Amino acid sequence: MTERPGPPIAMLAELTHRCPLSCSYCSNPLELTARERELPTDVWARVFREAADLGVLQLHLSGGEPASRRDLQDLVKAARDANLYVNLITSGIGLTPARLDALEAAGLDHVQLSLQAIDAEKADWIGGYSGGFARKLSFAGEVRQRGIPLTVNAVMHRHTIDDIDAAIAFAADLGARRIEVACVQFYGWALANRAALLPSRDQVTRAKSAVAAARRAYAGRMTIDFVPPDYYADYPKACMGGWGSTGLNIAPDGTALPCHAAATIPGLRFDRVTDRSLAEIWYDGAAFNAFRGHEWMQEPCRSCARRDRDHGGCRCQAMALASDPHAADPVCHHSAARSIVDHIISEQTAASPPFIYRSHKHQ
Amino acid sequence: MNADPVPLLPRGTRLHHDRVRDTMVLLVPERALLLDEIGTAILQEVDGKSTLAAISARLAERYGAPEPDVAADIRAFLDGLVAQRLVDYQ
Repeated sequence: MTERPGPPIAMLAELTHRCPLSCSYCSNPLELTARERELPTDVWARVFREAADLGVLQLHLSGGEPASRRDLQDLVKAARDANLYVNLITSGIGLTPARLDALEAAGLDHVQLSLQAIDAEKADWIGGYSGGFARKLSFAGEVRQRGIPLTVNAVMHRHTIDDIDAAIAFAADLGARRIEVACVQFYGWALANRAALLPSRDQVTRAKSAVAAARRAYAGRMTIDFVPPDYYADYPKACMGGWGSTGLNIAPDGTALPCHAAATIPGLRFDRVTDRSLAEIWYDGAAFNAFRGHEWMQEPCRSCARRDRDHGGCRCQAMALASDPHAADPVCHHSAARSIVDHIISEQTAASPPFIYRSHKHQ
Repeated sequence: MNADPVPLLPRGTRLHHDRVRDTMVLLVPERALLLDEIGTAILQEVDGKSTLAAISARLAERYGAPEPDVAADIRAFLDGLVAQRLVDYQ
Protein backbone atom coordinates (compact mmCIF):
# COMPACT_ATOMS: atom_id res chain seq x y z
CA MET A 1 0.00 0.00 0.00
CA THR A 2 1.20 3.48 -0.78
CA GLU A 3 1.27 6.33 1.70
CA ARG A 4 -1.78 8.54 1.92
CA PRO A 5 -1.65 11.23 -0.78
CA GLY A 6 -1.99 14.92 -0.09
CA PRO A 7 -5.20 16.71 -1.03
CA PRO A 8 -5.77 17.77 -4.64
CA ILE A 9 -5.13 21.39 -5.64
CA ALA A 10 -7.14 21.54 -8.86
CA MET A 11 -10.36 20.11 -10.21
CA LEU A 12 -11.47 20.16 -13.83
CA ALA A 13 -15.25 20.04 -14.13
CA GLU A 14 -16.33 18.91 -17.57
CA LEU A 15 -19.78 20.45 -17.31
CA THR A 16 -20.92 19.13 -20.68
CA HIS A 17 -19.58 17.49 -23.79
CA ARG A 18 -21.80 19.68 -25.97
CA CYS A 19 -19.88 22.19 -28.06
CA PRO A 20 -20.64 24.31 -31.12
CA LEU A 21 -17.14 23.58 -32.41
CA SER A 22 -15.96 20.18 -33.53
CA CYS A 23 -12.17 20.51 -33.37
CA SER A 24 -10.28 17.48 -34.58
CA TYR A 25 -7.85 17.76 -31.65
CA CYS A 26 -10.51 17.72 -28.93
CA SER A 27 -9.39 15.89 -25.80
CA ASN A 28 -12.89 14.65 -25.07
CA PRO A 29 -13.46 10.91 -25.44
CA LEU A 30 -14.71 9.49 -28.73
CA GLU A 31 -17.87 8.46 -26.95
CA LEU A 32 -19.38 11.76 -25.86
CA THR A 33 -21.81 11.99 -22.98
CA ALA A 34 -25.36 12.95 -23.96
CA ARG A 35 -27.06 16.00 -22.48
CA GLU A 36 -29.61 13.83 -20.63
CA ARG A 37 -26.84 12.32 -18.53
CA GLU A 38 -25.27 15.61 -17.42
CA LEU A 39 -25.25 16.40 -13.70
CA PRO A 40 -27.85 18.97 -12.63
CA THR A 41 -26.93 22.33 -11.09
CA ASP A 42 -27.46 21.31 -7.46
CA VAL A 43 -25.23 18.25 -7.72
CA TRP A 44 -22.41 20.29 -9.26
CA ALA A 45 -22.81 22.85 -6.47
CA ARG A 46 -22.47 20.10 -3.86
CA VAL A 47 -19.41 18.70 -5.65
CA PHE A 48 -17.81 22.17 -5.61
CA ARG A 49 -18.34 22.40 -1.83
CA GLU A 50 -16.91 18.91 -1.35
CA ALA A 51 -13.94 19.84 -3.50
CA ALA A 52 -13.20 22.94 -1.42
CA ASP A 53 -13.54 20.89 1.80
CA LEU A 54 -11.11 18.37 0.34
CA GLY A 55 -8.47 21.04 -0.40
CA VAL A 56 -9.12 22.00 -4.03
CA LEU A 57 -8.20 25.65 -4.65
CA GLN A 58 -8.50 25.96 -8.43
CA LEU A 59 -11.66 25.03 -10.29
CA HIS A 60 -11.53 24.82 -14.07
CA LEU A 61 -14.96 24.91 -15.69
CA SER A 62 -14.58 23.14 -18.98
CA GLY A 63 -16.35 20.88 -21.43
CA GLY A 64 -17.16 20.60 -24.29
CA GLU A 65 -18.10 24.24 -24.24
CA PRO A 66 -19.19 25.17 -20.71
CA ALA A 67 -21.30 28.01 -22.13
CA SER A 68 -23.57 25.31 -23.57
CA ARG A 69 -24.87 24.98 -19.99
CA ARG A 70 -27.61 27.54 -19.48
CA ASP A 71 -26.94 27.44 -15.72
CA LEU A 72 -23.28 28.47 -16.11
CA GLN A 73 -23.69 31.64 -14.05
CA ASP A 74 -25.30 29.66 -11.20
CA LEU A 75 -22.41 27.20 -11.32
CA VAL A 76 -19.86 30.02 -11.18
CA LYS A 77 -21.66 31.54 -8.21
CA ALA A 78 -21.84 28.18 -6.42
CA ALA A 79 -18.12 27.68 -6.94
CA ARG A 80 -17.23 31.15 -5.67
CA ASP A 81 -19.54 30.66 -2.68
CA ALA A 82 -17.47 27.54 -1.95
CA ASN A 83 -14.38 29.79 -2.00
CA LEU A 84 -12.84 28.26 -5.13
CA TYR A 85 -10.86 30.22 -7.72
CA VAL A 86 -13.02 29.94 -10.82
CA ASN A 87 -11.43 29.64 -14.24
CA LEU A 88 -13.63 29.36 -17.33
CA ILE A 89 -12.12 27.41 -20.23
CA THR A 90 -14.08 28.47 -23.28
CA SER A 91 -14.11 29.00 -27.02
CA GLY A 92 -16.06 32.19 -26.34
CA ILE A 93 -18.89 31.01 -28.58
CA GLY A 94 -22.30 31.46 -26.99
CA LEU A 95 -21.24 34.00 -24.38
CA THR A 96 -23.11 37.20 -25.19
CA PRO A 97 -22.24 40.45 -23.39
CA ALA A 98 -25.29 39.90 -21.16
CA ARG A 99 -24.13 36.43 -20.18
CA LEU A 100 -20.62 37.70 -19.56
CA ASP A 101 -22.07 40.40 -17.29
CA ALA A 102 -23.84 37.68 -15.34
CA LEU A 103 -20.69 35.57 -15.06
CA GLU A 104 -18.75 38.58 -13.87
CA ALA A 105 -21.41 39.35 -11.27
CA ALA A 106 -21.27 35.73 -10.15
CA GLY A 107 -17.57 36.16 -9.37
CA LEU A 108 -15.74 34.61 -12.31
CA ASP A 109 -12.01 34.98 -11.64
CA HIS A 110 -10.35 34.27 -14.96
CA VAL A 111 -11.00 33.27 -18.56
CA GLN A 112 -8.94 30.89 -20.66
CA LEU A 113 -9.84 31.42 -24.30
CA SER A 114 -8.95 28.84 -26.93
CA LEU A 115 -7.41 30.07 -30.17
CA GLN A 116 -7.74 27.67 -33.10
CA ALA A 117 -5.81 29.89 -35.53
CA ILE A 118 -5.14 33.57 -36.13
CA ASP A 119 -7.34 34.11 -39.18
CA ALA A 120 -10.98 33.35 -39.73
CA GLU A 121 -10.67 30.98 -42.65
CA LYS A 122 -8.17 28.70 -40.95
CA ALA A 123 -9.75 28.91 -37.51
CA ASP A 124 -13.20 28.05 -38.82
CA TRP A 125 -11.79 25.16 -40.84
CA ILE A 126 -10.00 23.76 -37.78
CA GLY A 127 -12.98 24.29 -35.48
CA GLY A 128 -15.47 23.08 -38.05
CA TYR A 129 -17.72 26.08 -37.36
CA SER A 130 -18.28 28.86 -39.85
CA GLY A 131 -18.28 32.31 -38.27
CA GLY A 132 -16.77 31.02 -35.03
CA PHE A 133 -13.63 33.13 -35.26
CA ALA A 134 -15.52 36.40 -35.60
CA ARG A 135 -17.64 35.54 -32.55
CA LYS A 136 -14.52 34.63 -30.58
CA LEU A 137 -12.92 38.00 -31.37
CA SER A 138 -16.01 39.83 -30.29
CA PHE A 139 -16.02 37.85 -27.01
CA ALA A 140 -12.32 38.61 -26.43
CA GLY A 141 -13.07 42.31 -26.84
CA GLU A 142 -15.83 42.08 -24.23
CA VAL A 143 -13.46 40.30 -21.82
CA ARG A 144 -10.83 42.95 -22.29
CA GLN A 145 -13.25 45.84 -21.89
CA ARG A 146 -14.37 44.43 -18.53
CA GLY A 147 -10.79 43.82 -17.37
CA ILE A 148 -11.34 40.13 -16.72
CA PRO A 149 -7.91 38.42 -16.55
CA LEU A 150 -7.32 36.49 -19.75
CA THR A 151 -5.13 33.59 -20.79
CA VAL A 152 -5.08 32.62 -24.44
CA ASN A 153 -4.62 28.93 -25.19
CA ALA A 154 -3.14 28.72 -28.68
CA VAL A 155 -3.38 25.13 -29.84
CA MET A 156 -0.39 24.08 -31.89
CA HIS A 157 -0.21 21.27 -34.46
CA ARG A 158 1.16 20.79 -37.94
CA HIS A 159 -1.32 23.29 -39.43
CA THR A 160 -0.76 26.09 -36.88
CA ILE A 161 2.69 25.73 -35.33
CA ASP A 162 4.39 27.73 -38.10
CA ASP A 163 2.18 30.70 -37.11
CA ILE A 164 3.49 30.63 -33.53
CA ASP A 165 5.00 34.15 -33.57
CA ALA A 166 1.81 35.62 -34.93
CA ALA A 167 -0.28 33.69 -32.40
CA ILE A 168 1.77 35.09 -29.52
CA ALA A 169 1.47 38.63 -30.91
CA PHE A 170 -2.25 38.05 -31.40
CA ALA A 171 -2.70 37.08 -27.74
CA ALA A 172 -0.77 40.15 -26.60
CA ASP A 173 -3.02 42.35 -28.74
CA LEU A 174 -6.06 40.76 -27.09
CA GLY A 175 -4.68 41.97 -23.75
CA ALA A 176 -3.76 38.52 -22.43
CA ARG A 177 -1.46 38.44 -19.42
CA ARG A 178 -0.57 34.89 -20.24
CA ILE A 179 -0.52 32.61 -23.25
CA GLU A 180 -0.34 28.87 -23.23
CA VAL A 181 1.26 27.69 -26.43
CA ALA A 182 0.11 24.12 -26.20
CA CYS A 183 1.06 21.48 -28.69
CA VAL A 184 -1.72 18.95 -29.12
CA GLN A 185 -1.39 15.91 -26.89
CA PHE A 186 -2.68 12.73 -28.45
CA TYR A 187 -5.76 11.59 -26.56
CA GLY A 188 -9.41 11.31 -27.50
CA TRP A 189 -10.20 12.88 -30.87
CA ALA A 190 -6.64 14.13 -31.23
CA LEU A 191 -5.37 10.54 -31.15
CA ALA A 192 -7.83 9.62 -33.89
CA ASN A 193 -6.50 12.59 -35.92
CA ARG A 194 -2.84 12.16 -35.07
CA ALA A 195 -1.64 11.85 -38.67
CA ALA A 196 -3.34 15.14 -39.50
CA LEU A 197 -2.00 16.92 -36.40
CA LEU A 198 1.50 15.72 -35.51
CA PRO A 199 4.02 18.45 -36.38
CA SER A 200 7.37 17.58 -37.88
CA ARG A 201 10.58 17.64 -35.87
CA ASP A 202 11.72 20.72 -37.84
CA GLN A 203 8.52 22.52 -37.03
CA VAL A 204 8.97 21.78 -33.34
CA THR A 205 12.58 22.93 -33.35
CA ARG A 206 11.59 26.23 -34.95
CA ALA A 207 8.72 26.66 -32.49
CA LYS A 208 11.04 26.22 -29.50
CA SER A 209 13.34 28.98 -30.80
CA ALA A 210 10.35 31.20 -31.43
CA VAL A 211 9.13 30.70 -27.85
CA ALA A 212 12.56 31.47 -26.42
CA ALA A 213 12.74 34.71 -28.43
CA ALA A 214 9.16 35.67 -27.57
CA ARG A 215 9.79 35.14 -23.85
CA ARG A 216 12.51 37.77 -24.04
CA ALA A 217 10.43 40.11 -26.19
CA TYR A 218 7.34 39.91 -23.96
CA ALA A 219 9.10 39.76 -20.56
CA GLY A 220 7.08 41.61 -17.95
CA ARG A 221 4.14 42.00 -20.32
CA MET A 222 2.88 38.50 -21.01
CA THR A 223 3.89 35.13 -19.57
CA ILE A 224 4.42 32.42 -22.16
CA ASP A 225 3.91 28.78 -21.16
CA PHE A 226 4.95 26.24 -23.74
CA VAL A 227 3.77 22.63 -23.85
CA PRO A 228 6.01 20.80 -26.34
CA PRO A 229 4.82 17.70 -28.16
CA ASP A 230 6.10 14.81 -26.07
CA TYR A 231 6.63 12.52 -29.06
CA TYR A 232 9.85 14.45 -29.74
CA ALA A 233 11.03 14.43 -26.13
CA ASP A 234 13.65 12.14 -24.60
CA TYR A 235 11.77 11.85 -21.32
CA PRO A 236 8.05 11.78 -20.65
CA LYS A 237 6.00 14.57 -19.15
CA ALA A 238 5.07 14.35 -15.48
CA CYS A 239 1.47 13.72 -16.49
CA MET A 240 -1.01 15.34 -14.06
CA GLY A 241 2.00 15.93 -11.76
CA GLY A 242 1.63 12.26 -10.90
CA TRP A 243 -1.50 10.09 -10.99
CA GLY A 244 -3.93 11.04 -8.24
CA SER A 245 -1.56 13.54 -6.66
CA THR A 246 -2.57 17.09 -7.57
CA GLY A 247 -5.78 17.07 -9.52
CA LEU A 248 -8.90 15.30 -10.68
CA ASN A 249 -11.48 15.53 -13.46
CA ILE A 250 -15.20 15.14 -13.20
CA ALA A 251 -16.92 14.02 -16.40
CA PRO A 252 -20.32 15.48 -17.37
CA ASP A 253 -22.17 12.49 -15.84
CA GLY A 254 -20.27 12.76 -12.54
CA THR A 255 -17.67 10.08 -13.16
CA ALA A 256 -14.53 11.01 -11.20
CA LEU A 257 -11.40 10.50 -13.27
CA PRO A 258 -7.72 10.89 -12.34
CA CYS A 259 -7.27 12.53 -15.76
CA HIS A 260 -9.43 13.22 -18.80
CA ALA A 261 -8.30 10.10 -20.69
CA ALA A 262 -8.30 7.66 -17.76
CA ALA A 263 -11.40 5.87 -19.02
CA THR A 264 -9.32 4.53 -21.93
CA ILE A 265 -7.51 2.24 -19.47
CA PRO A 266 -9.34 -1.08 -19.29
CA GLY A 267 -10.08 -2.62 -15.92
CA LEU A 268 -10.15 0.59 -13.88
CA ARG A 269 -13.21 1.06 -11.70
CA PHE A 270 -14.40 4.66 -11.56
CA ASP A 271 -16.63 6.09 -8.86
CA ARG A 272 -19.30 8.67 -9.48
CA VAL A 273 -19.86 11.75 -7.36
CA THR A 274 -23.50 10.73 -7.09
CA ASP A 275 -22.50 7.51 -5.29
CA ARG A 276 -19.60 8.51 -3.00
CA SER A 277 -18.18 11.68 -1.51
CA LEU A 278 -15.30 13.32 -3.32
CA ALA A 279 -13.02 12.69 -0.31
CA GLU A 280 -13.77 8.95 -0.34
CA ILE A 281 -13.20 8.85 -4.08
CA TRP A 282 -9.90 10.74 -3.83
CA TYR A 283 -8.41 8.81 -0.92
CA ASP A 284 -9.98 5.35 -1.29
CA GLY A 285 -11.21 5.10 -4.88
CA ALA A 286 -9.76 2.15 -6.78
CA ALA A 287 -8.97 4.16 -9.91
CA PHE A 288 -7.18 6.91 -7.96
CA ASN A 289 -5.03 4.37 -6.13
CA ALA A 290 -4.19 2.34 -9.24
CA PHE A 291 -1.01 4.22 -10.12
CA ARG A 292 0.03 6.04 -6.94
CA GLY A 293 3.49 5.48 -5.47
CA HIS A 294 5.97 3.08 -7.09
CA GLU A 295 4.54 -0.40 -6.51
CA TRP A 296 2.74 -0.48 -9.86
CA MET A 297 5.85 0.45 -11.83
CA GLN A 298 7.75 -1.87 -14.10
CA GLU A 299 11.36 -1.55 -15.15
CA PRO A 300 12.91 0.67 -16.34
CA CYS A 301 10.76 3.06 -14.27
CA ARG A 302 10.95 1.29 -10.91
CA SER A 303 14.69 1.74 -10.49
CA CYS A 304 14.93 4.96 -12.52
CA ALA A 305 16.45 8.04 -10.87
CA ARG A 306 13.70 10.13 -12.47
CA ARG A 307 10.78 8.10 -11.18
CA ASP A 308 9.68 10.76 -8.69
CA ARG A 309 10.14 13.50 -11.26
CA ASP A 310 8.06 12.16 -14.14
CA HIS A 311 6.24 9.27 -12.40
CA GLY A 312 6.81 7.05 -15.42
CA GLY A 313 5.01 9.53 -17.66
CA CYS A 314 1.47 9.12 -18.85
CA ARG A 315 -0.49 5.93 -18.07
CA CYS A 316 -3.00 6.58 -20.85
CA GLN A 317 -0.23 7.03 -23.39
CA ALA A 318 1.39 3.77 -22.23
CA MET A 319 -1.98 2.14 -22.80
CA ALA A 320 -2.58 3.81 -26.17
CA LEU A 321 0.85 3.11 -27.64
CA ALA A 322 2.19 0.04 -25.78
CA SER A 323 -1.15 -1.53 -24.81
CA ASP A 324 0.05 -1.70 -21.18
CA PRO A 325 -0.89 1.02 -18.67
CA HIS A 326 1.87 -0.16 -16.30
CA ALA A 327 4.63 0.26 -18.88
CA ALA A 328 6.97 3.23 -19.11
CA ASP A 329 5.50 6.01 -21.22
CA PRO A 330 6.68 5.01 -24.73
CA VAL A 331 8.02 8.49 -25.47
CA CYS A 332 10.78 7.82 -22.90
CA HIS A 333 14.04 6.87 -24.63
CA HIS A 334 14.53 4.15 -21.99
CA SER A 335 11.21 2.56 -22.96
CA ALA A 336 11.28 -0.69 -24.89
CA ALA A 337 8.35 0.71 -26.88
CA ARG A 338 10.10 3.93 -27.99
CA SER A 339 10.38 2.39 -31.47
CA ILE A 340 6.58 2.65 -31.74
CA VAL A 341 6.79 6.43 -31.35
CA ASP A 342 9.71 6.65 -33.76
CA HIS A 343 7.76 4.61 -36.27
CA ILE A 344 4.76 6.96 -35.99
CA ILE A 345 7.05 9.93 -36.58
CA SER A 346 8.70 8.22 -39.57
CA GLU A 347 5.31 7.56 -41.18
CA GLN A 348 4.46 11.26 -41.48
CA THR A 349 3.35 12.20 -44.95
CA ALA A 350 3.99 15.45 -46.79
CA ALA A 351 0.28 16.06 -47.26
CA SER A 352 -2.00 15.99 -44.23
CA PRO A 353 -4.92 13.56 -44.28
CA PRO A 354 -8.33 15.24 -43.77
CA PHE A 355 -9.66 15.89 -40.26
CA ILE A 356 -12.14 13.62 -38.59
CA TYR A 357 -14.28 16.25 -36.88
CA ARG A 358 -15.63 15.33 -33.46
CA SER A 359 -19.30 14.48 -33.35
CA HIS A 360 -21.86 12.56 -31.33
CA LYS A 361 -22.24 10.12 -34.18
CA HIS A 362 -18.80 8.48 -33.97
CA GLN A 363 -18.92 4.70 -34.19
CA MET B 1 10.76 52.22 -13.74
CA ASN B 2 9.62 54.18 -10.72
CA ALA B 3 12.17 53.74 -7.91
CA ASP B 4 9.46 53.55 -5.26
CA PRO B 5 6.35 52.10 -6.91
CA VAL B 6 3.05 51.22 -5.29
CA PRO B 7 2.51 47.46 -5.65
CA LEU B 8 -1.01 46.25 -6.28
CA LEU B 9 -2.68 42.86 -6.54
CA PRO B 10 -4.39 42.99 -9.94
CA ARG B 11 -7.77 41.50 -10.60
CA GLY B 12 -7.36 37.73 -10.82
CA THR B 13 -4.81 37.59 -7.98
CA ARG B 14 -6.22 36.83 -4.55
CA LEU B 15 -4.72 36.19 -1.11
CA HIS B 16 -6.53 33.26 0.40
CA HIS B 17 -6.38 31.26 3.60
CA ASP B 18 -6.22 27.57 2.74
CA ARG B 19 -8.06 26.03 5.68
CA VAL B 20 -7.26 22.44 4.64
CA ARG B 21 -3.47 22.95 4.60
CA ASP B 22 -3.65 25.77 7.18
CA THR B 23 -1.50 28.10 5.14
CA MET B 24 -1.86 31.27 3.12
CA VAL B 25 -1.84 30.95 -0.66
CA LEU B 26 -1.82 33.38 -3.54
CA LEU B 27 -4.52 32.34 -5.98
CA VAL B 28 -3.63 33.40 -9.51
CA PRO B 29 -4.80 32.38 -12.99
CA GLU B 30 -4.72 28.57 -13.10
CA ARG B 31 -2.25 28.26 -10.22
CA ALA B 32 -2.00 28.49 -6.46
CA LEU B 33 1.26 29.64 -4.88
CA LEU B 34 1.81 28.40 -1.33
CA LEU B 35 3.19 31.28 0.75
CA ASP B 36 5.57 31.18 3.67
CA GLU B 37 5.30 33.57 6.60
CA ILE B 38 7.43 36.24 4.95
CA GLY B 39 5.60 36.12 1.63
CA THR B 40 2.32 36.36 3.48
CA ALA B 41 3.50 39.32 5.56
CA ILE B 42 4.59 41.19 2.43
CA LEU B 43 1.44 40.53 0.43
CA GLN B 44 -0.79 41.48 3.34
CA GLU B 45 0.79 44.93 3.18
CA VAL B 46 0.14 45.24 -0.55
CA ASP B 47 -2.96 47.41 -0.46
CA GLY B 48 -2.64 49.38 -3.68
CA LYS B 49 -1.86 52.55 -1.67
CA SER B 50 1.44 51.95 0.15
CA THR B 51 4.75 52.42 -1.62
CA LEU B 52 7.51 49.83 -1.39
CA ALA B 53 9.36 52.13 1.03
CA ALA B 54 6.32 52.41 3.28
CA ILE B 55 5.81 48.63 3.27
CA SER B 56 9.52 48.08 4.00
CA ALA B 57 9.42 50.48 6.93
CA ARG B 58 6.40 48.77 8.47
CA LEU B 59 7.84 45.27 8.13
CA ALA B 60 11.31 46.31 9.31
CA GLU B 61 9.74 47.70 12.47
CA ARG B 62 7.50 44.69 13.02
CA TYR B 63 10.34 42.17 12.66
CA GLY B 64 13.10 44.34 14.19
CA ALA B 65 15.25 43.95 11.09
CA PRO B 66 17.45 46.50 9.25
CA GLU B 67 15.31 48.40 6.79
CA PRO B 68 17.71 48.21 3.78
CA ASP B 69 17.76 44.38 4.07
CA VAL B 70 14.01 44.18 4.39
CA ALA B 71 13.54 46.53 1.44
CA ALA B 72 15.85 44.44 -0.74
CA ASP B 73 14.01 41.22 0.18
CA ILE B 74 10.61 42.74 -0.52
CA ARG B 75 11.76 44.17 -3.82
CA ALA B 76 13.18 40.81 -4.96
CA PHE B 77 10.01 38.96 -3.91
CA LEU B 78 7.62 41.39 -5.59
CA ASP B 79 9.79 41.80 -8.71
CA GLY B 80 9.47 38.04 -9.22
CA LEU B 81 5.67 38.28 -9.09
CA VAL B 82 5.62 41.40 -11.29
CA ALA B 83 7.64 39.53 -13.93
CA GLN B 84 4.90 36.90 -13.98
CA ARG B 85 2.18 39.59 -14.16
CA LEU B 86 0.79 38.48 -10.80
CA VAL B 87 1.51 41.83 -9.11
CA ASP B 88 1.47 45.25 -10.79
CA TYR B 89 3.61 48.29 -9.91
CA GLN B 90 1.93 51.63 -10.39
